[in-house]
Amino acid sequence: MSHELHNPIPIKHKYFTPGVFVLVILAINGLVFLMGRFFFGIGAVTNLNNQYPWGLWIGVDVAAGVALAAGGFTTAALGHIMHKDEYHSIIRPALLTAMLGYTFVAIGVFVDIGRWYFIWHPLIMWNGNSALFEVGICVMIYVTVLYIEFLPVVTERFIGKVNLPGFLSGLNKIVDKVLRLLDKGLSKTMFIFIIAGVVLSSLHQSSLGTLMVIAGPKMHPLWQTPVLPLLFLLSAVAVGFPMVIFESLIASRSLGLKPEMPVLSKLGSMIAPLLGIYLAFKIGDMFIRETFVYLAEFNTASVMFTIEMLFGVIIPLRMFLSTKVLKSPLFLFIASALVVLGVLLNRINNFVVAYTPPYSTESYFPSFGEISVTVGFVAILVLVYRFIVLNFPVISLPGRQTAPQSKYTIRGVK
Amino acid sequence: MPGKSRRDFLKSSALIGAGVAGISTTAKAGPDNILSEDRMGVLVDTTVCVGCRNCEWACKDAHNLPAGNLESYEDRKVLDTKRRPDHTALTVVNEYASGKNSNLPVDVKVQCMHCDHPACVSACIVGAFSKHENGAVTWDTDMCIGCRYCMAACPFQIPAFEYEKALNPMIMKCDFCIDRTKEGKVPACVSICPVEALTYGTRTELVKIARDRIKRNPDRYVDHIFGEYEVGGTSWMYLANKEFTELDFPKLGEKPAPGVSESIQHGIFAYFVPPVSLYALLGGIMWISKRRKELDEEIK
Repeated sequence: MSHELHNPIPIKHKYFTPGVFVLVILAINGLVFLMGRFFFGIGAVTNLNNQYPWGLWIGVDVAAGVALAAGGFTTAALGHIMHKDEYHSIIRPALLTAMLGYTFVAIGVFVDIGRWYFIWHPLIMWNGNSALFEVGICVMIYVTVLYIEFLPVVTERFIGKVNLPGFLSGLNKIVDKVLRLLDKGLSKTMFIFIIAGVVLSSLHQSSLGTLMVIAGPKMHPLWQTPVLPLLFLLSAVAVGFPMVIFESLIASRSLGLKPEMPVLSKLGSMIAPLLGIYLAFKIGDMFIRETFVYLAEFNTASVMFTIEMLFGVIIPLRMFLSTKVLKSPLFLFIASALVVLGVLLNRINNFVVAYTPPYSTESYFPSFGEISVTVGFVAILVLVYRFIVLNFPVISLPGRQTAPQSKYTIRGVK
Repeated sequence: MPGKSRRDFLKSSALIGAGVAGISTTAKAGPDNILSEDRMGVLVDTTVCVGCRNCEWACKDAHNLPAGNLESYEDRKVLDTKRRPDHTALTVVNEYASGKNSNLPVDVKVQCMHCDHPACVSACIVGAFSKHENGAVTWDTDMCIGCRYCMAACPFQIPAFEYEKALNPMIMKCDFCIDRTKEGKVPACVSICPVEALTYGTRTELVKIARDRIKRNPDRYVDHIFGEYEVGGTSWMYLANKEFTELDFPKLGEKPAPGVSESIQHGIFAYFVPPVSLYALLGGIMWISKRRKELDEEIK
């Protein structure tokens, strides 16, 4: 039987620590600059101009945000579609990260577009030729799917424990009934959403790569290639598990839990092949298009490309091949963090560094305001994550099983 | 029983398919891109242009932008720096050192090229850009969400954005004076040009004129009509007496800018077959792995 490692409960830990206060300050700082953007326009806060229409917010908040939320669909594929039950304990934290990640991607888009109040336009105004349209629609549907996938966590938290304050307490029974009904309905239909989530993710992770193809020669040849969509998909798949390990180890540390090493080591052992496939395609593409000649030049592009490939792919790939690394929380953390930073850097490179507009007089570097907003969003995301894992059954405590596993898996996919 | 559920499945997938097909025919299927045989264009002869910048004034005047008085445009100091069109000026003139067989500086008017296969039309998330029958590429204010993908996509880096506006910032670019041409008038810049550096006519005719000029004055021109083939052809075309790259024109291939991205996009979504097949494949894997698990547990 396989229900040993799976027992998600709200973690008992105090919310505020010195680290949390730092995050709160960063969040407030970001919100101040965000107000500047909404009151005085994008130009008042960012360094964007007619030559550089897209900058840090699209590169990091949107593109990297989508990639780093890939843990959601990769673990769903592993745990639910391939039915590897031993990984069930990491699915919920990964799902929560994906849900929050995509929520902040949507907020990031909302902040970056000039006419935020028309963000719903793509729903009724279609342009099937546009890669951005595809990304937009897929992300909108996927966010909805993620929220549906998370609903069982909410029903599980409240079923039998509904306790509304004051005069609303009369509704306790009805709310409980609704939750039970919802739970039952979800458990029968959840597989539809889980498969949809994986399909939608594959679609928009790759279409995100198609985005810059149309920029043609404005993008540095080290990155500009017609196989960009495939590279984006492969790198997203490769970063999914490292991101889950990265977060899990940070969360255990911060919440004073024992790291879930048995699961994480096993998960880690699958990363090397995934990274290897990505590396093979990346290098293959480089040789077919003969772009390695650009590595002989010494400039920002070649340096950034080398850092991205060496520290983001090759070194962690070698690390994940070693059993010693897989068994050590510290090394596993370092290797995973390298992959995460590598993909982050890859998205920044694709959307910002590689982009060289023909008439720029000076190159773009994000303003203090842009960086503040991005850092602020990350801080808020971590704060919300912390709140949810302290109040909802997301993280599993190893070796404390109290009930049959079926009660705690995502309904419908025992 | 399995037969029944299979039939149900087919029925529901047929319904979904019909739904998708229904939606896509009723909704506006992408932006217009009409390439008429008689589409208009402008031939810019940079060897004729004297850099008087009257076209800049006329353009602002025609588009209700603050234009100032025409005399102020006589100041040639402006030409010392290279400028780009933006939300205050949809066209600008830049000056370069003289070309072959001439001592006169070269003046180049810059504006939207009105591509035959525009990247902006293909890229725009809501299809706010349209290529019109008369050659103009225009933009619909009411649809735009301000994502600026058109700016990232444009091979000539033309669309400009009002970064300083908190509300209703607009994408701005030359609209080929579509309001004037509708009334049978020629574009404002063409009409004001005192030296006839700008020729307005059908694109086919302009190519003939340009070829003829190069043939008759081989010493005066380099043998290249910029815009004839670049990114699949543009409505605005240029003649010059030096290499176009020296005049800050981008070096571009002959393939339309949106070609690759559109074929990738349509490949991934060919009649929704790839996503639907992926869904079916994953569903199959899920069912098999679940069944295997159940069998394992029964054996135990």
